[in-house]
Amino acid sequence: MTTPILELRDVVKSYGAGPTEVRAVTGVSLAVAPGEFVAVRGPSGCGKSTLLHMAGGLEDPTAGHVLFDGRALYEMSAAERAGLRRGGVGYVFQRLNLVPSLTAMENVMLPLELDGVGSREAKERAAEALDAVGLDRHLERYPDDFSGGQQQRIAIARAIVGTRRLLLADEPTGSLDTPTGDAVVELIASLPARLGTAVVLVTHEPRYAAWADRVVSMRDGCVVDTTVAPPVRKSARRTVGARR
Amino acid sequence: MSVREGLLALLGDEPVHGYVLKTGFEAATGGVWPLNVGQVYKTLERLERDGLVHARERQGQRQYRITDDGLAALGAWWDAVPDDEPPPRDELMLKVLMAVGQGRDHALDVITKQRSAVMAQLQLRRRGPSTARRRGRDPMVAAMVDDALVVRAEADLRWLDLCEERLTHPDPSEETGRRPVTRPRRGTRGARS
Ligand SMILES: Nc1ncnc2c1ncn2[C@@H]1O[C@H](COP(=O)(O)OP(=O)(O)OP(=O)(O)O)[C@@H](O)[C@H]1O
Ligand SMILES: [Mg+2]
Repeated sequence: MTTPILELRDVVKSYGAGPTEVRAVTGVSLAVAPGEFVAVRGPSGCGKSTLLHMAGGLEDPTAGHVLFDGRALYEMSAAERAGLRRGGVGYVFQRLNLVPSLTAMENVMLPLELDGVGSREAKERAAEALDAVGLDRHLERYPDDFSGGQQQRIAIARAIVGTRRLLLADEPTGSLDTPTGDAVVELIASLPARLGTAVVLVTHEPRYAAWADRVVSMRDGCVVDTTVAPPVRKSARRTVGARR
Repeated sequence: MSVREGLLALLGDEPVHGYVLKTGFEAATGGVWPLNVGQVYKTLERLERDGLVHARERQGQRQYRITDDGLAALGAWWDAVPDDEPPPRDELMLKVLMAVGQGRDHALDVITKQRSAVMAQLQLRRRGPSTARRRGRDPMVAAMVDDALVVRAEADLRWLDLCEERLTHPDPSEETGRRPVTRPRRGTRGARS
């Protein structure tokens, strides 16, 4: 088997101690292959976001290990981890992290520029990413001038422009209506085939989870079930493409 | 809807052949309801007997148009809304309700298994083209059929989630009102139904 791009080995996360201890994740193992699309679903508070934070190195597990491309995160230096967050892993979280003083275009260009990509190429790729999420026109506007749904799409554009290996998305469709949400998830679902990006998508919505190769269901901090997409006959396979 | 109502909806002032109605019916229903010609003619015969359609013979072939009584019947059907009685009884719901009577763990097993199966169907639907689309139907009608199937699977999944939530984090006020189940019997799964 190829080395998983992301591997969680029996990770546990507790907050607090003693009688007030909250066991957010109680022992999850999960391996995501390069270019694989995994969805995580489960009731509110079951530990989905906590799991994703650990997967992205934003939080350290109380026990267990997180490996990126076969390397344990705890063995990496702070600089290596920062590099990973910039170049290897893209995030779209429940709450947005757009820089309000930068335009949509500049927000999307940011990870590329931090990675040393020339401004001309960064601009081109940012425009492509914005086009891919259906926001090709308002490049010079500031985040505050967009609707919540549009802001979320800018965040997705930024996450896909900056990453080629792993995208971690936590309810990226939370503020979108159904057709827009469908388009965004279809776009996310096209990334593995187009760019080889692996995706972990956290979502409450079964309609979005169903795009994934594998759907992992959590309950009270652990995985209770995994559904692997049944094989589709080759001739019947739908070509998932970017919305243009 | 019955075939009868479907045919009335397709008929107009212009007389048409039964075969045209058959293909029109199948196209309008997005390929989910294939008819045989015999069924169509039998239904048209009854509609004619009831005075809802008028038939005429042209070059040895019968052609049909809707009558005023037919239009009235059709109007009444468009206006009718679903009624709450009898309550919905679907296989999935009944299976889970029965499982709850057999004990919490069994119920959670059944829920997990059913949920996984419905999710797999939804995954398949996301990946392959719809049967309607493959048969070259009107793309908008085909998309609406797909939407209906996706939304129904979503509803089943949500309901299974809610059942799971009630079983794993029961509301204390609900606990007290619950009648104890008399001697839960667990069948060997698969051996009997
Ligand atoms: N920093 C923290 N301090 C204390 N408890 C926390 C912290 N972060 C999360 N938790 C708790 O851990 C549990 C899991 O939270 P988490 O945010 O992972 O759930 P979730 O599955 O993402 O829920 P939702 O679907 O509502 O986003 C919850 O009980 C939450 O209150
Ligand atoms: Mg969360």
